[in-house]
Amino acid sequence: MLDFVQQLVSGVALGCVYGLIALGFVLVYKATEVVNFAQGDLMMLGGFFAFTFIGMMGLNYWIGFAGAVAAMALFGMLAERVVVRPILGYPQFSIIMATIGLGYFLRSVSGMIWGTDDFKIDTPFSQGVLRIGSLVLAYDKLSVIAATVILCTLLWLFFNKTTLGTAMRASSENMLAAYYMGIPVKRVVSIVWAISAAVATCAGVLLAPITFIHSNVGLVLGLKAFPAAVLGGFGSIPGAVVGGVLIGVIESMAGFYLAEGWKDVAPYIVLLAVLLLKPEGLFGLHVRKKV
Amino acid sequence: MRFLFKTDYEDDIRLFPHSGYFVSYGLLLAVLLIAPYVLSSYLMSQLVFVCIYATVGVALLILTGFTGQASLGHAAFLAIGAYTAAYLQKYGVPFPVYFLAAGLLTGLIGALVGFPALRLQGIYLVIATISFAFIVEEILARWESVTNGNEGMRIKAVSLFGVAVSRDSPTFYFLCLAVLVLTIVGTLNLLRSPTGRAFVAIRDSETAARSMGVNVALYKVKSFAISAAITGFAGVLFAHKLSFISPEMFTLQLSIEFIIVILIGGTFSLHGAVLGAIFIVMIDPFLTYLKDDMPGIIAGIAATFGAGTQAAANVQSKVAAFASLNGLKGAIYGIIIVLFVLFEPLGLYGRWLKIKLFFQLFPLYKRATFKRQKIYVKSERNR
Repeated sequence: MLDFVQQLVSGVALGCVYGLIALGFVLVYKATEVVNFAQGDLMMLGGFFAFTFIGMMGLNYWIGFAGAVAAMALFGMLAERVVVRPILGYPQFSIIMATIGLGYFLRSVSGMIWGTDDFKIDTPFSQGVLRIGSLVLAYDKLSVIAATVILCTLLWLFFNKTTLGTAMRASSENMLAAYYMGIPVKRVVSIVWAISAAVATCAGVLLAPITFIHSNVGLVLGLKAFPAAVLGGFGSIPGAVVGGVLIGVIESMAGFYLAEGWKDVAPYIVLLAVLLLKPEGLFGLHVRKKV
Repeated sequence: MRFLFKTDYEDDIRLFPHSGYFVSYGLLLAVLLIAPYVLSSYLMSQLVFVCIYATVGVALLILTGFTGQASLGHAAFLAIGAYTAAYLQKYGVPFPVYFLAAGLLTGLIGALVGFPALRLQGIYLVIATISFAFIVEEILARWESVTNGNEGMRIKAVSLFGVAVSRDSPTFYFLCLAVLVLTIVGTLNLLRSPTGRAFVAIRDSETAARSMGVNVALYKVKSFAISAAITGFAGVLFAHKLSFISPEMFTLQLSIEFIIVILIGGTFSLHGAVLGAIFIVMIDPFLTYLKDDMPGIIAGIAATFGAGTQAAANVQSKVAAFASLNGLKGAIYGIIIVLFVLFEPLGLYGRWLKIKLFFQLFPLYKRATFKRQKIYVKSERNR
């Protein structure tokens, strides 16, 4: 029983990481109907920025964290301006390919700059553990769970309660109509990329004590976060986190109870099963075009 | 400029619209036939890979280019073809039999993948095919009694009519070329048949296709099966060319490479698959060549512009250090993909058509002819 709870908690913590990355996917998709395959690599880059600020320049953890988030927000805007804006309005597939290309580029360049070693960021809470009875919970994992809950709530409120959030949803449904209604669509898209890069950075920094930062971490985790976003239904913020947690829990349970090898495929098998039964994901909206 | 007057549908779907086609394709065929006796063995080997990649590219074009169903799982189909060949060869099955069996089995699995894919669209389909590819990769690594696990399998040379055909011999090249040519001719015929027209109708609008009486589900499954079967055939050749296969060769990376083949070649015509394959296969030797020779060339340029010998040597070593940086190739790959998507969305074949039209219409060519329309209205979410 204790094993089960322990596995459950570590699965939830891992799942929250996937959820955080998936949030970035969902944000961009929700506002622009673009799927950003480079999301994991943005996370990796954010982690490297934080490592540079904290580990190499010796800044305070929180200042370094904020600096990395700000820098990545700017970088997100830049990436949107250079790669995405010229092809908005073309079929989705072009944009998928463009972001795959962007991901390649970011991976190799960060490999060239920071090398191919694993890096670790010292955090104020990376050492301690919380004991409840005989249950042992590491602070770094708890911090991921807490951050995910906070970010998810904030983003949900932002999308559903603020004017800017409503504008974002409007421009995803129909850019032209949103433009006619006086929404500055270009600026909206640019802001959403900034937010999603910032969220990715949070994921990267929180992740650093758990999985370390290296230039391929984005690819590995991005490919796990992607099913999470699909599982939750690609346009739903709580869905992304629920999907992420599901994937994380399935993975850690499969790793513990099933034979070796199941751990890596189990999330994809579940994903295929869910897609078979409910093609739009657990929380997705499915609307048929009326002719 | 030549004017073609088409008086009936037969004229419109003719494979060779006018005699010029016989001349140009005949010349191309002649060049390809004498190639093994002229080119170096390294280039020949690359040419075999071009044939294999182009075959997969054609398969992917049927599915993605003409039926509009994106797939990032074709490496898995290639793997299934390759492993079927390796497994059957171990039990002494002759080449023609396991070649066909590999294609059939892969086609069958492709149809099985096609069924769940019927309800999926766009991004959901992409992720479903990625998941399928991951699962296949894991099965290959774990099913040790058949696939030999991570240690991989060796595969012996093809034996045709009792004669062993080495993977470097011209005969093997002709075999790959024959498969490619047959695939292309078969696909051209498929595309001008009712099946092909149904594929294109589904790509352009599923709703419209359905209201015209096209059985969307049937044709999607057909498209998956055909595309997978062709990839399976290519897989057999791929296995023979490498002579050793293991699960880590068939990763997502390879699937992405296949997508890049058709993206760079152009997704609207079969020429694209061949051009894209040439590009993808030849970029490696080209980059290596640049890496080896670029520093010397740049130093030479620096020297001619008046820099001293010392400075030129300095420049040379700096450029050499940059060129041998780890991961530079990945960055160049990424930049190429992004540049093609941004500036050459019709691919290399699109560029060729533009150049051709430029000379045909000489003073009257206008850029807008090939401009794609941007659509800001349609949401892909509800269609």
